[in-house]
Amino acid sequence: MPTSVIAVKAFTTGSPAEPNRSDPPPSGESGSPERSPAPGSRRRRWRRWGVGLAIAAPLALTGCNAYPSYGASRGVTTQGQETFKLYSGMMTTGIIVGGLVGLLILWTIIRYRRRSEDMPRQFHENVPVEILYTVIPVIIVGILFAFTVLTENNVDAIQPVNATLTSSGQPVVDVTVTAFQWGWRFSYPDLNVSVAGETTNGPGNHGPQMVVPVGQTVQVTLVSNDVIHGFYVRDFNFSRYALPGVTNRFDLNVLHTGTYPGQCTQICGLYHSEMLFTVRAVNPAVFTAWAHAEVATGHTLPLSGSGALNNPPPDTHVTNGSGYNTPAQAKGDQ
Amino acid sequence: MTTTIEPPGLISPEQPGGPDGHAAGLQHDAGDHPHHEGPTGILNWLTSTDHKVIGKSYMITSLVLFFIAGIMALVIRVQLASPTSSLVSFQTYNELFTMHGSLMLYLFAGPFAFGGLANYIVPLQVGAPDMAFPRLNALSYWLYLGGSLTMMSGFLVAGGAASFGWVAYAPLSNATNSPGAGADLWLMALALTGFSAIFTGVNLCATIFYLRAPGMTMFRVPIFSWNMLVTAILILIAFPVLFGAVVLLFCDRHFGTHIFTVQGGGVPVLWQNLFWFFGHPEVYILALPYFGMVTDIIPVFSRKPLFGYKGMVFATMSIAALSTGVWAHHMFTTGVVLLPFFSLLSYMIAIPTGIKFFNWIGTMWGGSLSFKTPMLFSMGFLFAFLMGGVTGVLLASPPVDFMTHDTYFVVAHFHQVLIGTAVFAGFAGFYFWYPKMFGRMLREGLGKLHFWALFIGFWVTFMPQYAVGLDGMPRRVAAYLPGNGWTTLNVISTVGAFIIGASFLFFLANLWVSWRSPIPAGDNPWDGHALEWFTSSPPSHHNYSHLPPIRSERPTWDYNHPDHRTIHTGKTPKVLPDHEPEVEPAGAPS
Repeated sequence: MPTSVIAVKAFTTGSPAEPNRSDPPPSGESGSPERSPAPGSRRRRWRRWGVGLAIAAPLALTGCNAYPSYGASRGVTTQGQETFKLYSGMMTTGIIVGGLVGLLILWTIIRYRRRSEDMPRQFHENVPVEILYTVIPVIIVGILFAFTVLTENNVDAIQPVNATLTSSGQPVVDVTVTAFQWGWRFSYPDLNVSVAGETTNGPGNHGPQMVVPVGQTVQVTLVSNDVIHGFYVRDFNFSRYALPGVTNRFDLNVLHTGTYPGQCTQICGLYHSEMLFTVRAVNPAVFTAWAHAEVATGHTLPLSGSGALNNPPPDTHVTNGSGYNTPAQAKGDQ
Repeated sequence: MTTTIEPPGLISPEQPGGPDGHAAGLQHDAGDHPHHEGPTGILNWLTSTDHKVIGKSYMITSLVLFFIAGIMALVIRVQLASPTSSLVSFQTYNELFTMHGSLMLYLFAGPFAFGGLANYIVPLQVGAPDMAFPRLNALSYWLYLGGSLTMMSGFLVAGGAASFGWVAYAPLSNATNSPGAGADLWLMALALTGFSAIFTGVNLCATIFYLRAPGMTMFRVPIFSWNMLVTAILILIAFPVLFGAVVLLFCDRHFGTHIFTVQGGGVPVLWQNLFWFFGHPEVYILALPYFGMVTDIIPVFSRKPLFGYKGMVFATMSIAALSTGVWAHHMFTTGVVLLPFFSLLSYMIAIPTGIKFFNWIGTMWGGSLSFKTPMLFSMGFLFAFLMGGVTGVLLASPPVDFMTHDTYFVVAHFHQVLIGTAVFAGFAGFYFWYPKMFGRMLREGLGKLHFWALFIGFWVTFMPQYAVGLDGMPRRVAAYLPGNGWTTLNVISTVGAFIIGASFLFFLANLWVSWRSPIPAGDNPWDGHALEWFTSSPPSHHNYSHLPPIRSERPTWDYNHPDHRTIHTGKTPKVLPDHEPEVEPAGAPS
């Protein structure tokens, strides 16, 4: 890994007096600095250590893996993985830039602490330096913006509405997600399946489940008929508002089977905290079998065709206008 | 000589007057005991139009509201320390986070800066005897107090206080979904405090434009006052839009209009556009004054002039200009905004902000830094705001925003920004100017305890929130599943919140000790730079009996250190005369 090499070099050549615990750098210029004492003063050595640390710390982090996760999901959809790469790259940049600035502040604090009552030189500008630290952020921001636009175009790209096949002949599965106070309806207009569930109290209940096939394009049509909700699945690295009056569409290409928790992220009233759902990604054959079973058990669309988009789901409980449904009221009609 | 010495009559268009109209000019014998002929004691606090009294009223009121909102935060944190806590009900929880945000943002962070410290300090810094419109200034305060009480009174009405978050997204905030009177009180409070802010904005603009002392050209105005000028202009841009939006929402709630409801042909997302057109400038209305405080404090404790003064001014103006064009970055996940435009403009804010950072570092570079409490808090600001700023750059990217929007990642980000500014920099300013305002010192030991407890608590509280947000925890939830694995991080965050809470006990103790056994501050305890350190502590009724020559942005320093005067290259002559006559203050009949 070239980055690790740089990191090791920064450490070893920057600290000649220190015993070299790491492996010698692969390039031949290490030249046994352990035996010869450092030529510079103690302060210079200190400074080299600082520079070495500043360069090595972020590089050591990135050196192990091109895309360290930094606590985020690596994504189980193609879109989520794209987003993750952008996030990881920006985070690495942020750690390097922020780390350097932070170390610069820290170093300034230590170096220029008051040690005598001598009056410091009263300078107040340095035009070349000021130009430099204006131009460098412009370049960094330009690069970040370019990567952002590229990723954004991939993440936001969707198949044409009502397309049943992608250009490469893969099927497109349409799912209409209706968010409501407080629950979710997942309708599959092409399959005549509709699953809905309200929030329920109690640990272990994860709300209704949206079943999707892996390896195929899932086009989600996201709507709400009451207030704004947020459709968010952590492992998809994606969220989108369910906005009254707006029909939002996005594509998901789930890559791995599994069950992924999702949740409403936009405050939507009393039971916002419990507006959970899960997404279960299964193989296409399992998905087809599941759809048939759902139809057999009567979980079909309330209205034919696209009418389901415009009508509130029948099992949405009707708010009585007070907005202060008791838990019993809110859950009584499921 | 480029100095313009304006005739005194021209620079005081509005004669500041006390209630008895006595103040036609300065008290020439103003010293430690000003001839203030108005009422004293409580009546003075109630009737005064003196910017110093109004500023102190603002500060006391906003700090009380800050502590109330802080206690709400502690309740929120205790609720979240366990997955299914029953400390408060869902409804109470929604009220608490709404009011915590509303109090902190509308009633503390802004008013503490532009109503409190700016009201007190800006006239002093520009050498004015008072704000340009003293009675309007008093009206601002009383509107602010009335608005604050209106908002708080939501807790007393049936249905409780507003519970739709501090952003009040339609249609959750309409009469169907939020029928209680608490929501109406919340809207009225925004209208009242909004006008309070607008009037203060007018006052600050007029004061800085028209009441500067002779020699105080615009490029000699200290950065704090510069930032307050830019803030005031932003207030005048943003708050009328908020007021308009509030009126429209009120019409929806009570007069049967359908501006924000789909059923009547309205557009819910219009509220978000209007609100954030106010809301993003508002973020900088909250931040710029605090940048200004730090920018004034760091040079004093570095014993150097500010590095890149003009760069700082232009950076502030760029931030303000850009802030009016980035509102939709709060709306990336709505699916109805032009992502690249708002993303690019949001990114661009990082550039002037970066310039500010390097100017702060450049000011300390080669200086002689002493870490008194105000400087310590300023350093806390630098690190806190650096962290909040770096994560902010990530959020300017729409795809990254998609993955973190409305999660605790965002919560951690804006708390680090706002605590970095309003709390670290705000208390830096408070510790810095307290001796000027009260003529006595705060204790260094207690101040440092306050800082270190706050600094440690800050990181313990908010770093786990990034992690739990990336792990999928949404904001504004009162409960979560025990199996999610968010409990440990939340417990750490709660512990941190209590460390922050405890740090303010040191602050209160400091105030108490300073009040009980005062240590006199003298006029200029920090060897300050700007004009306010030239007058007495506290300043006399109309601030100045005489002024030093103003030849740079730090006239007091130049006066006290003739061998180390601020000498700018360019038009100003490099060699200054040894003895310049002291000039008469603004508005003083001689």
